[in-house]
Amino acid sequence: MSVIEIENLTKYYGKTRALNDVNLTVEDGEVFGFIGPNGAGKTTTLRILLGLLRKNAGNVSVLGADPWRDAAALHRRLAYVPGDVSLWPNLSGGEVIDLLGRLRGGFRQSRRDELVERFKFDPTKPCRTYSTGNRQKVALIAAFISDVELFILDEPTLGLDPLMEAVFRDCVTEVKQAGKTVLLSSHILAEVEALCDRISIINEGTIVESGTLAELRHLTRISVSVETVRPVTGLSELQGVHNIRVDGARAHFTVDAGAINRVMEHLTPFDVRALTSAPPTLEDLFLRHYELQTGESAQ
Amino acid sequence: MKVGEFSGTGALIRLILRRDRLLLPIWIALPPLFVVLVVAAFVSLYPTAASQQMLAAQIVNSPGFVALLGPVSSATIGGLTAWRSSFFVAVIVAGANALTVIRHTRADEETGRYELLGSGVVGRRAPLSASLVVTLGADLVIAALVTAALVAFGLPVAGSVALGLSFAAIGWTFAALAGVAAQLAESAGVARGIAGAIFVLFYLLRAVGDANEQSGQTWLSWTSPLGWMHLVQPFANERWGVFALFLGVVIVLIAVAYALSSRRDVGAGILRPQLGPARASRRLRSPLALAWRLHRRTLLAWAAVFAVYGVMIGYLAKTSADLLAANPQLATLFAHFGGASAYTDALFTLSLTFLGWITAAYAITATLRLRSEEVEGRVDHVLAAAVSRLRWATSNLALVVIGSAVVLTAFGLPAGLTYGLSTGNVGYELPRVLVAALAYLPAVWVVAGIAMALYGLVPRLSFVSWGVLGAFVLVELIGETLQVSQSILNISPFNHVPTVLVSGVSLMPLVSLTLLALVLTIVGLVGFQCRSIG
Repeated sequence: MSVIEIENLTKYYGKTRALNDVNLTVEDGEVFGFIGPNGAGKTTTLRILLGLLRKNAGNVSVLGADPWRDAAALHRRLAYVPGDVSLWPNLSGGEVIDLLGRLRGGFRQSRRDELVERFKFDPTKPCRTYSTGNRQKVALIAAFISDVELFILDEPTLGLDPLMEAVFRDCVTEVKQAGKTVLLSSHILAEVEALCDRISIINEGTIVESGTLAELRHLTRISVSVETVRPVTGLSELQGVHNIRVDGARAHFTVDAGAINRVMEHLTPFDVRALTSAPPTLEDLFLRHYELQTGESAQ
Repeated sequence: MKVGEFSGTGALIRLILRRDRLLLPIWIALPPLFVVLVVAAFVSLYPTAASQQMLAAQIVNSPGFVALLGPVSSATIGGLTAWRSSFFVAVIVAGANALTVIRHTRADEETGRYELLGSGVVGRRAPLSASLVVTLGADLVIAALVTAALVAFGLPVAGSVALGLSFAAIGWTFAALAGVAAQLAESAGVARGIAGAIFVLFYLLRAVGDANEQSGQTWLSWTSPLGWMHLVQPFANERWGVFALFLGVVIVLIAVAYALSSRRDVGAGILRPQLGPARASRRLRSPLALAWRLHRRTLLAWAAVFAVYGVMIGYLAKTSADLLAANPQLATLFAHFGGASAYTDALFTLSLTFLGWITAAYAITATLRLRSEEVEGRVDHVLAAAVSRLRWATSNLALVVIGSAVVLTAFGLPAGLTYGLSTGNVGYELPRVLVAALAYLPAVWVVAGIAMALYGLVPRLSFVSWGVLGAFVLVELIGETLQVSQSILNISPFNHVPTVLVSGVSLMPLVSLTLLALVLTIVGLVGFQCRSIG
């Protein structure tokens, strides 16, 4: 059975439609990436999964339970890190970690000490003095000390420095190895690429793409830089080649995944000296998607 | 001092006016409104000079009342109005000024809103300057409106101006004080606490000073700006020099605030926060423990203030009774009240009326903790853990229910004890005074219930509970002096609180008020269960 099942989920804020027929399934033991620009509906979806928001239509099940009805019992089995971590100003960071861990059903002291150490976190300061990154650490440590089946993380690395981001990635990898499920919302694409098995892209309340990274790559173009003995000509006549920029002996362009063979054949007569190609990043995937959309709406 | 430190002040003033477009007119309108009601009441109830003199004599000769509201400077409509309105207007004006200044300085810094502004062309002194300009200006508008209203009632111009200015002066004092507090503390809550504690201190100094007027110890009143309001003597021989005293203090305070603001980093205070424990105590493991942790400081502060006030009233009750016993002329004056003991009972009852309202204000603040926890997003951590909404909300409400009881006990116990010890009859006085105080609990709970119902059903309108409390207080104040139909008076839950000291305990109204509070709370909880969070 899937850990998270969302069917035709719709949510309105007053007259504004925040989510429109969202469908999403997260399987047991996978790290699932949930990507979209700001205001796309990521947080709204996660808050519905936690039973904090009321849905208007559709079916939602988390670990086989209804998150609205069985919230408290269900939350014993999951940990949540909100996107905008706000803490009690006069409690110390250590107190908040302990409190949240206990409210979730307890934790091992050794695991807590280990994470405080790894995140290089000073738990003695009052929360009002913590920076965004340090508040994020409180929520992350409190989540990762819990022995739960599911982690719901809403843009969890916002405000963390690259070193701490690496620690965070290690934590995700560890819980994945322990067989736990992770739902990770993000707009930091490298993070999702590095961690996630499958992803869904949401925009303006609608899921626009779903699948493994490999499945989604077919949609995008590979970017190629090539250096030849004789200047390349005739690229623009080839189908599936875009954004051509020729600079003497160097040429840069992007190419649709299906057109690579043809392009290679075309390049060989110009005597290729060096060639680099980069697989599409999620950034490209994003941009490409918006290009398509604006293209459609322009027509 | 560089000009650049003030740049952006004009833009910030416009921002404050925009943000406070609703609050500002309300607190500007309240003092003149209150003064008009008081004048109208005195004009209709004490139309003759003789009746005015009779009332003034009664007040002046009862240290308890003088302590509560201050002395009467002249036995005229003007003098009585000044006496009756000074304390209430001081509460409104001092509170509004302090809260407004802190809201636009420290609170903005604490929440990080200032970072956005500070990175623009805004000098480091601009926020303080802008909030002072707005509050000091608003105080002058209040002074003008109050003066105009009094003159319209045909009162002497000089006295009207003096009373109006004394309101503005107390506003200026607390705006400047809040300016300093906002520099000292790192959190808006602590800054507000400092301003509140200073108000209470000034009140106590004035109360004790004025109560001992006859023994010539008025110097204490000269130590308190709240005492200066009366020392201006509106409608008697106005002492305009007192305003120079106000002005001097305001200038010094503002200078101190500016000096402190140049000495600190944005976001930091002068008082350094202490480090906390690295681990939570064993007890911090439930929503109830968290609620206690969040409420305890405020609750203990309120309880301490109520306790000091209780000791003061208990002591004054005894002094007043002695005075009556020693002065047969006064005794006959008070005979129609029922003699000395009835007089002290009336004093306790009057104090309790105030305390009932103040406790209700505490209960609203404590209930709306729920709202602030939700707005600030902290509730997400708790509700995303294994805590049901019902458990979280009721944990907080438990502290409202118990907290209001603690606060009233903190008054009743020392008041009854002090009075009982001085009369040598603790066994009789203590339970009577304590029960009289606790009789206000159900009415306070009704107000808390209204706040909870609003929070549960229409969270965005939670603040309306303050308006409801204001309306109740207004009904009580008007009902006290004007002839108002009983059906209107009955709107206020406080009107149903039995005056235990005068007519004994009657259970019926207490039970029905408690039931009403319970129903309101349940309505709120059901609404809260069914709605989205945040």
